[in-house]
Amino acid sequence: MDTVNIMIVGVGGQGSLLASKLLGHVVMTKGYDVKVSEVHGMSQRGGSVVTYVRFGDKVYSPVIDKGEADYIISFEVLEAARYLPFLKKGGKVIVNAQEIDPMPVITGAAQYPENLLDKMTAAGADVSAMDALSLANEAGSPKAANIALMGRFSKYFGDITEEEWLNSLEACVPPKFLELNKKAFYLGRNS
Amino acid sequence: MKEIMLGNKAFARGLYEAGAAVVSSYPGTPSTEVTEEAAKYDEIYCEWAPNEKVAMEVAFGASLAGKRSFCGMKHVGLNVAADPLFTISYTGVNGGMIICVADDPGMHSSQNEQDSRHYAIASKVPMLEPSNSRESLEFAKLAYDLSEKYDTPVIIKMCTRVAHSQSIVETSERVVPEPKKYEKNIAKYVMMPGNAIKRHPIVEQRTLDLIKYAEETPINRIEEGKDNSVGIITSSTCYQYTKEAVGDKYPVLKLGMVNPLPVEKIKNFAKTVKQVIVIEELDPVIETHCKNIGVDVKGKELFSLLGEFSQSVVAKALGEAEKEACPAIEGLPVRPPVMCAGCPHRGLFYTLSKHKIRVLGDIGCYTLGAVAPLSATDMTLCMGASISSLHGFNKAMGDASEKDTVCVIGDSTFMHSGMTSLANIAYNQSNSTVIILDNSITGMTGHQQNPTTGYNIKGDPAGKIDLEALCRAMGFNRVAVVDPYDLAQTEKVIKEELAADEASVIISRRPCALLKYVKHKPSLHVDTDKCRSCRACMKIGCPAISFKDGKAHVDNTLCVGCGVCQQLCKFDALVDEGGNV
Ligand SMILES: Cc1ncc(C[n+]2csc(CCOP(=O)(O)OP(=O)(O)O)c2C)c(N)n1
Repeated sequence: MDTVNIMIVGVGGQGSLLASKLLGHVVMTKGYDVKVSEVHGMSQRGGSVVTYVRFGDKVYSPVIDKGEADYIISFEVLEAARYLPFLKKGGKVIVNAQEIDPMPVITGAAQYPENLLDKMTAAGADVSAMDALSLANEAGSPKAANIALMGRFSKYFGDITEEEWLNSLEACVPPKFLELNKKAFYLGRNS
Repeated sequence: MKEIMLGNKAFARGLYEAGAAVVSSYPGTPSTEVTEEAAKYDEIYCEWAPNEKVAMEVAFGASLAGKRSFCGMKHVGLNVAADPLFTISYTGVNGGMIICVADDPGMHSSQNEQDSRHYAIASKVPMLEPSNSRESLEFAKLAYDLSEKYDTPVIIKMCTRVAHSQSIVETSERVVPEPKKYEKNIAKYVMMPGNAIKRHPIVEQRTLDLIKYAEETPINRIEEGKDNSVGIITSSTCYQYTKEAVGDKYPVLKLGMVNPLPVEKIKNFAKTVKQVIVIEELDPVIETHCKNIGVDVKGKELFSLLGEFSQSVVAKALGEAEKEACPAIEGLPVRPPVMCAGCPHRGLFYTLSKHKIRVLGDIGCYTLGAVAPLSATDMTLCMGASISSLHGFNKAMGDASEKDTVCVIGDSTFMHSGMTSLANIAYNQSNSTVIILDNSITGMTGHQQNPTTGYNIKGDPAGKIDLEALCRAMGFNRVAVVDPYDLAQTEKVIKEELAADEASVIISRRPCALLKYVKHKPSLHVDTDKCRSCRACMKIGCPAISFKDGKAHVDNTLCVGCGVCQQLCKFDALVDEGGNV
């Protein structure tokens, strides 16, 4: 099998580490070789963050380059647009429709760009937007938006069953938060 | 058992399996998790030391006592620990000793991108370089064996993409070797000239022995390729990029040990191919070695001295086709890291910026005080430099700077290397105003305890250094404590201390807003009837405050109710749940 390349992008603090952990875990249990590259440190402080997940028969590099991503999962609209050059022509973008102002917008030095979803489609991406934040609130906490988004993403992989996703969720989430995250996952998967 | 593991966690697992007994480190991205993960094994004694030099000396002490030890640090940490390193190379070890140094090409979280391999060469200490999590685990175990066999500390060099990527590892049981007996040995361990002179030739012989090992070891391996027009010598993450870019097209000499480097192995490899290309991030270390031994190679004429590589960087240099990508969308605003909502550093920097006070800065979350709109900081160099530079600045400028220049330094950084600088002010007497930003944690690297917090690496109660008492004991008469959430008090005290005719220390104290035990108030919101759109609240650069439909807006998922913005609003438009100011 060719390596599948997935980028998880967003704003530092939005929970991309858990999302990538879940994805890495589930594909490993399916017997694939897998590499996950994370960001720790400085950029976690509200900066733009990107995590790479790659799986297949044999994976060497932990990073994804321009034009290589099959999927971009984004927790925020501007961040999806930022990493678009990493997407293969016709690749899929699954994006939480939330907009978070970066500091240059807050200070008035720049404006939050308009119509980004349309611009991404025009650039050749297959864009699917969802309101993961509302689903997370419905599940019980805005913090579960990451897992709601992963729930939606899970639909793209027919050969990984719902049960396998839930088993991995159980392995990656502390018991205290499991019910909340399961709920968010279902809401995303059925959205 | 098969598991998917972070490189740093796999390294810790290797330490555990090899019977490591004592770990002492100072945090620094991307090295921190090796020690954090090791601390989860009850069989290993682990601690955060105040700095890297202390950590390395602790690890040396444990090795001297006969146990397997470890110390970990980021690349710049090795600058701090260089002094013990160069002489532990001479004494050698008793129990095995591993030093982890984690480089950060691309400077994801660092102030420079120095190449640590130079330290291995300069100190004549062997260095291994894993390329994924499996090797991180295996090399840790191998390094202890090499350390004890060759009587030397062993450096394992990580880099961001190995340290912070997860891949699959195979774990096994812990095996604790028989501790070595401690025997007094003045000639080996007391490094005064007469003894050190006799140790130096032993070090040189050791390097010759290690070169022999480098020729034979399976961790320096040749992988066959289909096309012998090119042969590639590489290591670490560059090996992975190479395999990703060209698969088994060209033969590859993959080096797991980067100091000392083999000679015959490289010469023989070169004979089997037309052109040797060296692929290494940062400096041309392997390339220079090849040229020194008379092997003609291409390296930095094809590859940059700067930043990180990737598979497409390698592919391009080797003449492979580029991939077709979606075009970039132009004009997107950048998203730099910012101080969190409720960060106690914000109120302090706002005050300094408001009064245009010169700020000699230091390293930590508060380095972000240099970012717009606060733009308060004038200088950041390395840990501890704020205090010593302020002293120098004031000695140079005298009256012209003393009354409007301060330095800022975090609690962990102060313990790391600020104390000796403060001693210099106490001793050589400059009229300096030093601000310690005490957020009761090592914030930037992800919340490690330090000597001022009262807790150890496991979160258990520990010794706690009293900052006020420490400063007073050094001879400072003026030691003030302020709450940076209280802008009026903070402003008053800073003005008073700058005006004073002697040196002073201001402790700006308020725990990091992300600490679990910190209780927050509910989010504020904007009373849009009262908001006059003056944007005064936006001067503090809080990520929770933005401008929506012509009025200020508070994001209730981010705001922690710290109230700093309320103090800036002249119209009482920022209100709490009950509508109160
Ligand atoms: C010599 C050296 N060691 C480690 C680091 C990594 N590092 C950067 S900031 C920091 C500590 C910051 O803690 P503190 O001073 O308490 O400030 P805070 O981030 O909590 O505001 C560390 C360990 C470094 N830059 N240099």
